[in-house]
Amino acid sequence: MSQNDLANLDFGHVIAPAAAYLVASLMFIIGLKRLSSPRTARSGNLIAAVGMALALAGTFLLPNTGHFGLIVIAIVIGAIPGWLLAKRVKMTAMPQMVSLFNGMGGACALFISLGEWLKAPDDGQAFPKLLGIVLGSISFTGSLVAFGKLQGLISEKSVRWPMQKAINAVLLLGILASAFAAATDPSHSILWTALLAAFALLLGVLQVLPIGGADMPVVISVLNSCTGLAAAVTGFAMHNMSMIIAGTLVGAAGSLLTLLMCKAMNRSLLKVIFGSFGAGAKKSAAAAADSTQTMREIAASESAIMMGYARKVIIVPGYGLAVAQGQHLVHELDQLLEKRGVEVKYAIHPVAGRMPGHMNVLLAEADVPYPKLLDMEEINPEFEQADVALIIGANDVVNPAARSNAGSPIYGMPILNADKAKNVIVIKRGRGTGFAGIENGLFYNPNTRMLFGDAKQALQELITELRAL
Amino acid sequence: MIIGTLAMVYIFILAIFTGVEVISRVPTVLHTPLMSGANAIHGIVLVGGVILLGSAGDNDVLIGFGFIAVIFGALNVVGGFVVTDRMLEMFKAKTPDKTGGEK
Repeated sequence: MSQNDLANLDFGHVIAPAAAYLVASLMFIIGLKRLSSPRTARSGNLIAAVGMALALAGTFLLPNTGHFGLIVIAIVIGAIPGWLLAKRVKMTAMPQMVSLFNGMGGACALFISLGEWLKAPDDGQAFPKLLGIVLGSISFTGSLVAFGKLQGLISEKSVRWPMQKAINAVLLLGILASAFAAATDPSHSILWTALLAAFALLLGVLQVLPIGGADMPVVISVLNSCTGLAAAVTGFAMHNMSMIIAGTLVGAAGSLLTLLMCKAMNRSLLKVIFGSFGAGAKKSAAAAADSTQTMREIAASESAIMMGYARKVIIVPGYGLAVAQGQHLVHELDQLLEKRGVEVKYAIHPVAGRMPGHMNVLLAEADVPYPKLLDMEEINPEFEQADVALIIGANDVVNPAARSNAGSPIYGMPILNADKAKNVIVIKRGRGTGFAGIENGLFYNPNTRMLFGDAKQALQELITELRAL
Repeated sequence: MIIGTLAMVYIFILAIFTGVEVISRVPTVLHTPLMSGANAIHGIVLVGGVILLGSAGDNDVLIGFGFIAVIFGALNVVGGFVVTDRMLEMFKAKTPDKTGGEK
């Protein structure tokens, strides 16, 4: 800090915002810390939110801030739909909502970097500004594609086209070249910058489009840390401490979270991003289609008898249950069974639903008592004593191919040993393959019965039949 | 500017370690809410948007970019925190077993 700077330290415009940023940064760190433990998570989120409000308040105190009216109008225009979307979205649609908000953050970083670049292309901050444009663009379009896939607007399947990797490599080269040109050729700076943004926006689309729906949580997590990094580099360009700290925290925590998620799903990050999932899945699906095995169907009435007279039933909920909004019905079924003296437990795979932890949220919403939800490690030894394993809209997480078939794309993924139960009843919409597009041998096992139908409707029938018993 | 580039790099590196350290023991159940919470925190870009718009002067292009950036940033912040809170709300009703009561 030079003498000159010290002389400029007036309280309202310098010290107060700096103090606000410092406290806000601490609140972000404490918030993240508390978010990583179930007991404190909710307060952690609140603390981080208060930190955000503080950082924003500090920003208004910065010198030479004008356009107050416009700023407030823009905040209101953004905050209202943000609030409404977040309040109204169904719990099942959470993952894509996170992705959508993430994309908004990316777009924000993109426009800031563009603005800062146009304002002063030659202030020695070219690198962070151009990097902010690239990262913001990729986050923006990548997140929108991920949103589209999970929302069902774009095909969830792994979309493939010729020379994918080559095209992406060319785009990457294009990004490097146009960034270099923008930095060294000031006379056409706007043209090069537009080209740079266009390349990066396109790369975001093309990079995410080929990735199958099952891997979307990992992709969203990667894009989340990408936006964090975009916020950090934008902070560099603007010399803003709160942006550097908060952005970097998210970038780093998000990267670790991505790795943890990959571990929980037994997926390699490189494979998710550069993909070999789709190709492998097609092969194994074709192989299974050749087989002459058949699925055995069961009626709701018979299923009800089987469960009603069982001693122990383990319910394996999957995403299909959540889509059908059947959580409350499962809880009702559970209560009916318990009334008959049947022991009921839930087996929760770490990635049941669409994201790690998603299913716990959904069942908690339906008031299923927490102690009945058991993790994979806890429940797996219990399947052998279970009379019935009721699988509702789950597929890949109970696919024995993960244990036995080294050629399967999910080989090595830890699964729920539902096939060890004496009887397995599978509620499934149709005969097709699951989210990851992989054939499931469990459905052809001698002790497996299929109850075809929409999860909600099938559960309703089960409940009616159980009541009649 | 009272923040030198070197100081920014220091802070950047320290923040990386802090970010990794604070969430290193997160259980799987909290992966989704944590991602969502982190998503809200990078909404700090809103601050950048406010600075850009606030210092845009009478440059219409900058006003436009700043205005758009603030809208997107506000969406990120508000949506992010509210969605995370809704997810975490589900975790609290663990011990007191609510009887009945459909919303």
